[in-house]
Amino acid sequence: MTTSSEDPTGSETRRPLVPSSVLGMIIFVLTEMMFFGALISAFLIIKSGNIMWPPPDQPRLPISLTAVNTMFLVASGVCVYFSNKAFAARSDSWAKKQLGIAIALALVFVGIQSYEWVRMLGHGLTMRSSTYGSFFYMIIGCHALHVFAALTFLIRIYLKFETVALKPSSYWGVQVFWYFVVGVWPVLYYLVYLS
Amino acid sequence: MSHAHKMSFWEKYVFSTDHKMIGLQYMFTGIAMAIIGGFFVYVFRMQLAFPGISVPGYGEVTPLAYNSLVTNHGTIMIFWFAMPVLIAAFGNILIPLMIGCDDMVFPRINRLSYQIFLLSALVLVASFFVPNGGFGGAWTAYPPLSAEAAYNATPLGAPMWLIAVALEFVAFLLGGINFITTMMNARAKGMTMYKIPIVLWLIVIASILFMLSVGPLIAGAVMLLFDQLLGTHFYNPGGGGDPLLWQHLFWFFGHPEVYVVLLPAMGIVADIMAVFARKKLFGYRTILYSVFATGILSFVVWAHHQFIAGIDPRMANLFTVTTLLISIPIAELCFVYIATLYGGSITFNTPMLWAISFMVEFLIGGVTGIFLGASGADIYFHDTYFVVAHFHYTFVPIAIIGFYAGITYWFPKIFGKMLDDKLGRIHFWGTIIPFNFIFIPLFVLGTAGQHRRIFNYEYFQDLALAEFYNLRVIATVSLLVMIAFQFVFVYNFVKSLRKKEKAPKNPWNANTLEWTADSPPPHGNWPELPVVYRGPYEYSHPDRESDWWPQHEPGPDPADPDYQSPSQNPQTT
Repeated sequence: MTTSSEDPTGSETRRPLVPSSVLGMIIFVLTEMMFFGALISAFLIIKSGNIMWPPPDQPRLPISLTAVNTMFLVASGVCVYFSNKAFAARSDSWAKKQLGIAIALALVFVGIQSYEWVRMLGHGLTMRSSTYGSFFYMIIGCHALHVFAALTFLIRIYLKFETVALKPSSYWGVQVFWYFVVGVWPVLYYLVYLS
Repeated sequence: MSHAHKMSFWEKYVFSTDHKMIGLQYMFTGIAMAIIGGFFVYVFRMQLAFPGISVPGYGEVTPLAYNSLVTNHGTIMIFWFAMPVLIAAFGNILIPLMIGCDDMVFPRINRLSYQIFLLSALVLVASFFVPNGGFGGAWTAYPPLSAEAAYNATPLGAPMWLIAVALEFVAFLLGGINFITTMMNARAKGMTMYKIPIVLWLIVIASILFMLSVGPLIAGAVMLLFDQLLGTHFYNPGGGGDPLLWQHLFWFFGHPEVYVVLLPAMGIVADIMAVFARKKLFGYRTILYSVFATGILSFVVWAHHQFIAGIDPRMANLFTVTTLLISIPIAELCFVYIATLYGGSITFNTPMLWAISFMVEFLIGGVTGIFLGASGADIYFHDTYFVVAHFHYTFVPIAIIGFYAGITYWFPKIFGKMLDDKLGRIHFWGTIIPFNFIFIPLFVLGTAGQHRRIFNYEYFQDLALAEFYNLRVIATVSLLVMIAFQFVFVYNFVKSLRKKEKAPKNPWNANTLEWTADSPPPHGNWPELPVVYRGPYEYSHPDRESDWWPQHEPGPDPADPDYQSPSQNPQTT
């Protein structure tokens, strides 16, 4: 979708509608959606095949603590949004501060999740204890891996803020990924924890 | 080579970020894997026709080895030959050259993609040498056979196979991101949506289909891997899982995958037909919209692979309808191609022969698919050699004929030398005739009830008849003839590469942009990027003296509504 397509003799530079790094990330996120969609549908199929769900002999998931934790992750997404707004308005130091808060909130999320996992394992919910446990660790674990990957990207962007000129398009690409990781979490929370 | 600094061997051939070099790496890796896959089929076809003989070059085939050979033949030919050669190799070489840009948008991701692919190929090849050999649970890897080492007897081969497949998909994921983004964002000036050559559209739509379907398979593969290694019970009904789950996840990917490899081959054929019929491609937009319809429908046909797996018969009815529906857009494509040929001044050279034979052979595959798509008939045909013959009549045209069509057509551009046309025709007839002699007997055998995945038919009285053995021997001997004729191609390839005389820039008088670059194109493809003025298929236009009208030649666009034909108004030039 180049703007130059209207006029073959027009301006020298191509100006794509969506920068390549963002478009590439959007395509990747679509694949990721299908990946999580498959995990969730597999989970729902197994769930609907069981009369008692969650299985009576399995520990219950910490619903309220995770609800609070969800808030941390969503807040982190909001901070990245504000960071981007500040970045667009060229107030880099404010943008960097916002991004720092976002990273800190994401780290809190990871911390609480790890704490929960350790507790759940202590209560006897493991990958092998039941399909309930298998799916829990599978789905939430895949999400956790995405959080780690996204955090690496965010920290790299954070470090780039002062040393090198940060390309807006590469920041946007990382944002697309982070919004996906944040946005998919409430869905997973609802389907895995609440139902 | 015109680029400024001289690159070392490693920089130029191994760690290159140049799209053409990466394309060639994919192509040669794919060919190397195809040789392995071809060797496997030779071994197990010998065992099927002459049970118990010591196969020359291999030795006696054990049941375990037979399973592994069949499984890995299928896996290699689809995942390590058809996909890398048709999508990755042709996509990498053609996309930047045909849209008029210097390289892919993400050249380093492109290199990473090939490196992961190479790693996946090495993991797969390594799995043949571990104790108990490579995975033998069929290329569809249905649990519980694939999940329990006690059943498949390959405790190491099975997880390695799965890891190799998953790695390979990561590689194509990265490649697909690159293809789609490049075609959206890096086109030359004037290259609007409807001026893109069909082959690129089809490669990119195939990439989109792949991207949308691969997620579920990766999810399923990770779960299967956990079942194999960690002892989870995702697919084990005893532990609360569901073995059908894998079939759904696998075929949700597996059926679009058929179109993922079909579409690039169809695109290659479309471009070749327009060039050698010297006619404008009939119904450019019809092709495009048919392919969109195919793409959408391909996501709702997967359960036709599971008609006898115990799914609800009402669901089977639905999937019968969608399966028969998807043959409509594909039939439409075939009619459009025939209409392109109709009334053209056709040159029957090697690429065109391959292109036409693609149509003919693929049609047999498509028509026999109708029988299998009908859930009633499929109860009988399921897992017989009818199915085997059917999908080889689709995959051999796609992978082998499509590859030969593409390589003989673009050889002058890729390697800068001309292929020998006479040897090419010998190779063509030597491949096509035995190909039909391999698989028509298999249709007969399948209709007679011969099941697939049976190591030795001597054990089954009903299938050990002399008539059956005659057909099996015909198929095997034809296979040997077909393999023998591939050496003609190798000879032609090497001989043409060593020729002194260089190929001209545009030996076929084709319109598309890649023919305006040097042969072979240097790093960066053009000193100055081309500009596009019209569609890719303006052949034999009545207002032109020559029968072609290149995309980059400045001048009017005959598809423009404001275009005034000089024959109507002689004043304008």
